[in-house]
Amino acid sequence: MASVVLSEAEKLYIVHGVQEDLRVDGRGCEDYRCAEVETDVVSNTSGSARVKLGETDILVGIKAEMGTPKLEKPDEGYLEFFVDCSSNSPELEGRGGEELGTDIANTLYRVFSCENSVDLKSLCINPKEHCWVLYVDVLLLECGGNIFDAISIAVKAALFNTRIPKVHVLEDEEGTKEIELSDDPYDCIQLNVDEVPCIVTLSKIGYRHVVDATLPEEACSLASLLISVTSKGAITSMKKVGKGSLDPESIFEMMETGQRVGKSLHIALQKILDEEESLGTSRPKVGFLG
Amino acid sequence: MAAVAMRLPAVRAPLDSRAPRGGEKHLVAPGDTITTDTAYMRGHGTYVEDDKLIASVAGVVERVNKLVCVRALKARYNGEIGDVVVGRITEVQQKRWKVETNSRLDSVLLLSSINLPGGELRRKSAEDELAMRDYLQEGDLISAEVQSIFSDGAVSLHTRSLKYGKLGQGVLVQVSPSLVKRQKTHFHDLPCGASVILGNNGFIWIYPTPEQKDDEAGGYTANLEPVPLSDREVISRLRNCIMALVTHKMMLFDTSILYCYEASLPHQIKDILKPEVTEEIVLEARQRLLDSEG
Repeated sequence: MASVVLSEAEKLYIVHGVQEDLRVDGRGCEDYRCAEVETDVVSNTSGSARVKLGETDILVGIKAEMGTPKLEKPDEGYLEFFVDCSSNSPELEGRGGEELGTDIANTLYRVFSCENSVDLKSLCINPKEHCWVLYVDVLLLECGGNIFDAISIAVKAALFNTRIPKVHVLEDEEGTKEIELSDDPYDCIQLNVDEVPCIVTLSKIGYRHVVDATLPEEACSLASLLISVTSKGAITSMKKVGKGSLDPESIFEMMETGQRVGKSLHIALQKILDEEESLGTSRPKVGFLG
Repeated sequence: MAAVAMRLPAVRAPLDSRAPRGGEKHLVAPGDTITTDTAYMRGHGTYVEDDKLIASVAGVVERVNKLVCVRALKARYNGEIGDVVVGRITEVQQKRWKVETNSRLDSVLLLSSINLPGGELRRKSAEDELAMRDYLQEGDLISAEVQSIFSDGAVSLHTRSLKYGKLGQGVLVQVSPSLVKRQKTHFHDLPCGASVILGNNGFIWIYPTPEQKDDEAGGYTANLEPVPLSDREVISRLRNCIMALVTHKMMLFDTSILYCYEASLPHQIKDILKPEVTEEIVLEARQRLLDSEG
């Protein structure tokens, strides 16, 4: 992961600031940076979203393709995640970014492994034969700290924006099934994203923990907890990163903070997504040249 | 209480259309024709094609008699002798340190160009060479002056004055070098309660004003006491004001930072980075600057 080198005095300044609940940019320990969310930025995908959280810039594109269901779950579709970090810095070009990319993809698989997060049964067309496979591609455009949170927000926004075309299954007299795509391009099914979790990263700095750490703050924190929270406050998965250790009591505190922050994150995100959808086609598209 | 603010992106309207501009500048983009007159000599940032002088970088056209050059708006730092810079040590080598100053090549700080702790003046011996890491380690921040420039463009620094040396607790802001105005002094003690070093290379260091002037220290003893909350608020507010000025591409010097700070006082520190608040305080600071000039 891209990291900055800091002097000892700078790290001390940051740690003392967190103790007093005043971070370098004036935020409290539980405040997020100003985020910008825009959906439908890539035209040839089924759904896409771009999230800018301070310096961090994430682009997610979702393509729905037809495939065969997995053997153990014959009446469900599934999601495939792929993360690309090569546009970030010279050290992550080519094969360098693979480790970080697979790490993020595995975290996303874990977060979405919970059964109710996405209604996979609605992605099934013919049990055991055809289903929709959602290929979720995440592009890390700029890393400014707290990439997991930004990626999960972007994935939820892109899933909200995904439109899967409706298909009809026609059965012949011989029993062969034919799949017919409807002619109307606006005849699609929308996914229900109410249960999609968002990741909240809590970084332990000194004796307290902060939400939405910037790159210098991540350099000062030895251990972080990644918690995926649904909009109702239920924790679906948890992962600890970093080479430091966490006390069980601090883990409980961090979990409580994560649930609280996660709920407000979902409320804010849903409000923005609803606002964007209500604007419809009259919304001025900003994209990358705004 | 958690605060999460999300918004839809808005097309950024240029600030210039509302405030009066002082003097027209000839701005060019790469590929723009500057002139078709063949009498001009081409300088940096230009090239000749089909008898036309074309710009190769995005910036401002500068003309000195017959020499035409384009000064890029976003470029790496080019050292000039006498500049004050803030740099970060990246490597400790045999008789020198390599310092990162946002230039094309790493700058060099020779062992013979530093002041020893305690202010001793002596020739550096082999023991000093072995103890280099005790003075300055990788990651440390220093303030220094440009002593000379090597033939390949790399800059040689020196800290041979008590006002230069290792920096203690504070906040570093990295901006484009073209936004820092050249002034007589780059060390400012702002009346709001903090001090700032405006490095010509775009590294700006904000730190709490030291109470007494410690002459014997020589700049190596780091003060590890926690900074009081009131000073922290001033430093955070200054940092956000500088980021606001940078977003609107305003020149950074002590007066502009101070006016921006005073314009931001009615708002909370963390609100300064919201686009609408940023625009409001930068416009107010700009208006005050124009009023004080005219």
